[in-house]
Amino acid sequence: MEIIESARPVYAILVSLLAVFLIGASGRNPNLRESWTIIAAVIKFGLVASMLPVILEGKEIAYHVATVLPGLDIAFRVDALGMTLALTASFLWIITSFYAIGYMRSLEEHAQTRFFMCFALALSAAMGAAFSANVFTLFVFYEIITVSTYALVAHEETKEAIRGARRYLIYLLGTSVLFFLPAMFLTYSYAGTLDFAASGILAGTASKAVITVIFVLFMAGIAKAGMMPFHLWLPSAMVAPTPVSALLHAVAVVKVGVFTVVRIVLFVFGVDLLAEIGLGTYLAYFASFTIIAASIIALKQDNLKLRLAYSTVSQLSYIVLAVALLTPSGIMSSIMHITIHAFGKITLFFVAGAIYVATHKKYISQMNGIGRQMPFTMAAFTVGALSMIAVPPVGGFVSKWYLTLGAIEAHLIPVLFVIIASTLLNAAYFLPIIYAAFFKKPEDGEAQGMQEAPAMVVVPLVLTAIGALALFFWPNLLLDLAQMVVALVV
Amino acid sequence: MIELLAKYNYWIVIILMTLGLYGIMASSNLVKKIIGLNIFQTAALLFYVSMSKIEGGTAPVLLKQANVLYDNPLPQVLMLTAIVVGVSITAVALGIVMLIYRHYGTIEEDLILEMNKHND
Amino acid sequence: MIKHLPVLVIVIPMLAAVATPILGRINRELSWVVAAISTFICFIISLSLLQTVMVEGRITYWLGGWEPPWGIEYVIDYLNIFVLIIVTFMAFMGVMFGKKSIESEISENRITFFYAVYLLFVTGLMGMVVTGDIFNIYVFLEITSIAGYALIAVGKNRQALWASFKYLIMGSIGATFFLIGIGYLYLITGTLNIADIAARLPELYQTKAAFTALVFIAVGLSLKIALFPLHTWLPNSYAFAPSMISAVMAATATKVGAYVLIRVMFTVFTLEFFNVSPFNIASALMFFAVIAILAGSILAVAQTDIKKMLAYSSVGQIGYIALGISLMSVTGLTGSLMHLLNHALMKGALFLVVGIVVYKAGITTIEGMRGMGKKMPLTMAAFTIGALSMIGVPLTVGFVSKWYLAVASIEVGMWYLVPVILISSLLTAVYFWRVIDNIWFKAAEGEEGHGHGHGHDEHHEVKVAEGPFSMVAPTITVALLCIVFGVLAYAPVSLAEKAAVILLR
Repeated sequence: MEIIESARPVYAILVSLLAVFLIGASGRNPNLRESWTIIAAVIKFGLVASMLPVILEGKEIAYHVATVLPGLDIAFRVDALGMTLALTASFLWIITSFYAIGYMRSLEEHAQTRFFMCFALALSAAMGAAFSANVFTLFVFYEIITVSTYALVAHEETKEAIRGARRYLIYLLGTSVLFFLPAMFLTYSYAGTLDFAASGILAGTASKAVITVIFVLFMAGIAKAGMMPFHLWLPSAMVAPTPVSALLHAVAVVKVGVFTVVRIVLFVFGVDLLAEIGLGTYLAYFASFTIIAASIIALKQDNLKLRLAYSTVSQLSYIVLAVALLTPSGIMSSIMHITIHAFGKITLFFVAGAIYVATHKKYISQMNGIGRQMPFTMAAFTVGALSMIAVPPVGGFVSKWYLTLGAIEAHLIPVLFVIIASTLLNAAYFLPIIYAAFFKKPEDGEAQGMQEAPAMVVVPLVLTAIGALALFFWPNLLLDLAQMVVALVV
Repeated sequence: MIELLAKYNYWIVIILMTLGLYGIMASSNLVKKIIGLNIFQTAALLFYVSMSKIEGGTAPVLLKQANVLYDNPLPQVLMLTAIVVGVSITAVALGIVMLIYRHYGTIEEDLILEMNKHND
Repeated sequence: MIKHLPVLVIVIPMLAAVATPILGRINRELSWVVAAISTFICFIISLSLLQTVMVEGRITYWLGGWEPPWGIEYVIDYLNIFVLIIVTFMAFMGVMFGKKSIESEISENRITFFYAVYLLFVTGLMGMVVTGDIFNIYVFLEITSIAGYALIAVGKNRQALWASFKYLIMGSIGATFFLIGIGYLYLITGTLNIADIAARLPELYQTKAAFTALVFIAVGLSLKIALFPLHTWLPNSYAFAPSMISAVMAATATKVGAYVLIRVMFTVFTLEFFNVSPFNIASALMFFAVIAILAGSILAVAQTDIKKMLAYSSVGQIGYIALGISLMSVTGLTGSLMHLLNHALMKGALFLVVGIVVYKAGITTIEGMRGMGKKMPLTMAAFTIGALSMIGVPLTVGFVSKWYLAVASIEVGMWYLVPVILISSLLTAVYFWRVIDNIWFKAAEGEEGHGHGHGHDEHHEVKVAEGPFSMVAPTITVALLCIVFGVLAYAPVSLAEKAAVILLR
């Protein structure tokens, strides 16, 4: 394979890092400040997109920044897998930026400068994670995301926010330090390297028991993937402003989490090694449990954001489940679902925020007839929800289709039942909302007629909904990228 | 037994050390603590000086006649330095105790600790 | 001139210490100038010595031209040049910082003497580092200690006096133990020159006297470096000393103690000794190191005063250094040496920040840090960097030493030490995060309500009021070095590794 030396991935990371300082320096002038965010987002997307043709030609871009210690390098390598995450994140950042500006201004939030600074920093780190060439670099950016989003979760500075943020930090930092870090030590001691390789780096270096220990440590250490029992940080992070929730769930945090899982599974352990030991199957069952359990919990939530949070927990485990199948279709499904779920879930969170901005409602039980007040918003919600349930013609169907194929390839019949059950559960917790919004009568004394949120809020969510639809009709790019990864690792 | 007693200089060192440490720990009066510290340091001095003694040796002052057995002068010189150090420490310690008396009005450890607790 | 550099490091500050009170009579400002210039020259000298060491490997200097082992020899090699640079750099940063800080914390007529004593303190530290004569180490140890007692005693609060007295008693006991240990070494080898002792000692490894000597020295030095449970003097001393002294002491005094311990364990005695010695001193040291790491962190969590919290955190960090020593491997010792540098930088930065807070607001409680992030963003950013380093976040210096210690533990098969390191990192995160929460996410006392809800806080934003430039600049410099050496760790690591390889040869 051809490898091109280029610093472009570094520039893609630095763009928003530079923006952090510019935003900080122009805190007194909100318009200037916001334009930095937008400019950085657009340039970043441009840089990422400019690397796409190279990747599609089957080449990879690599860049070595610094050697911290022998064996510990800060190095980047852009491949199809990283490209998928980077494209998704940088594209959605543009939309999220507009939405965030609209949202924060409508609610006249405080400390907006800090908010946008941390936002840009989190995005930088997400790019860094996507382009990481080794476990160490990935770990570094993983931690930067944790710290920078902490400030976002604690944004309200109320007691509840601080408590939620602290829990968020304890879970993410605690697991990564207690489990991920020792897993990294062990990997380094046994494999002698931390660089990702398509066939894994641990094969043949240690006994089965040791590899199992490393595997368990890694999986426990990636709490950002939201697998039970380390999922509780996600609901408690819901105290954050809605754009942050959208960012957490769709772009930066959880996606980096599952991305890390996919990366570690495929590029540190390798498909063959895991299949030989049979660890993939265990991971699949673990993820299945999370899928079902989180869906059941979601059923009982009345707070819309919390219901969405639990939905995320279960959807993330789809990705983990898919990659754990270790079959071509499974891997394809997991990669595609990273993007597809991002578009669907960001739409849903945008809607939750839009409802809050327009009506200050948070609970599903208050949302009877809200579809008449906010037709565009609720239409977008319907699209997002259908994507979660995986109904054609929305993107969610594509990835679930491959997931089903993958389960059959892997001869794991129980997984098929899990998929069916969870689809039904998804329908059970999303459809009532849609039904209530459009067909139930609003409570007495409620205002009638159109009452949409400001355009800055509504337009982005409509765009992402269209994106979710588009992923069903034109999934080619995504399919190509996923196939390239599969060709590499299987 | 005799062998142990023969090394009586070490016994004296050990006894002085223990006495000094006991004085530091047991007395509540700061000046008495300093006295304990001095005894403790003296033990170390004695340790050096006694090991420099060579049986049948004389003080290391150059004599005219040949074949004189001298004691080892080096440890004694070292202890001159150590004595100076000890004196300096005592001086600084006494200075601090004076200041403590000025600011606390007492040099009893338990009373000072009591006052510190209220300060916190 | 170049030939005399090793001794100039000591002579310059010592002469300056004498000159300070005299020049101070003419003009009080001059005393600071003398201190600043002399420490700066020392720093430059140590850099040029580094250059020479890189070429020649080992420099020796015969004091007064007397040939060792009769005369005193100064020896500079990879190990102590490393420590020397830390000491001289932090001593210089301390003086720069101290200009304003000391003026506000010490009465005017004492300032001249303060700098004189400070220079003596620095002289002692550097002397301990460069000398190749073990009794000379004792003498310099006492010089630096006596100066240290006085420096702590001038703290504003009267509790500083009590802290200083306690330190004096414990420090003197420790030094006397060290002295007795040297006595035993002299008794069996008849020499005081470190290289000479090292040459004669191997045939005496089985003797009880050699073992006793090491135990006395190790216990004495453990007192000096505040290894748990001999740490009780440290928290109050750091908490009540003038801010600048807390920073310099935390960054240098214990580090030099640890250096001497390493020197005695691996140059005077050698790895060979620990293999044949009847009782395993290394595992005893490891035991106390582990306890220190955990106890220091736990005690730090319980503090409400930020200086005390940092002090207890130092107790834990000393444990890391001792742990690296006790592993007895190149990787472990490299980690230990790296932690000497890294801890000096991060703890130095943190104490300097607290010094600025004391200067501006006169507060040292954790609660008192509320809303500081808005008032002093730069200073608080330095604090945050220091805190992240302490936690051991990658790309900061803290990660480098922890990485080495963890890898070393796995290498020698003591994987159970890894959880200890990780748990203490988490505890570190706990106690630092409380401070960071207060700094960035809580509004200051009396301004509550503004931050909450949805007010237009941009309109009544708190005025930015950083400390004076002379205080902020050194603080930021040290904090930035935490990141520079975290990313470009290879430079110091290669030096530390060379030193470790030579020590364990």
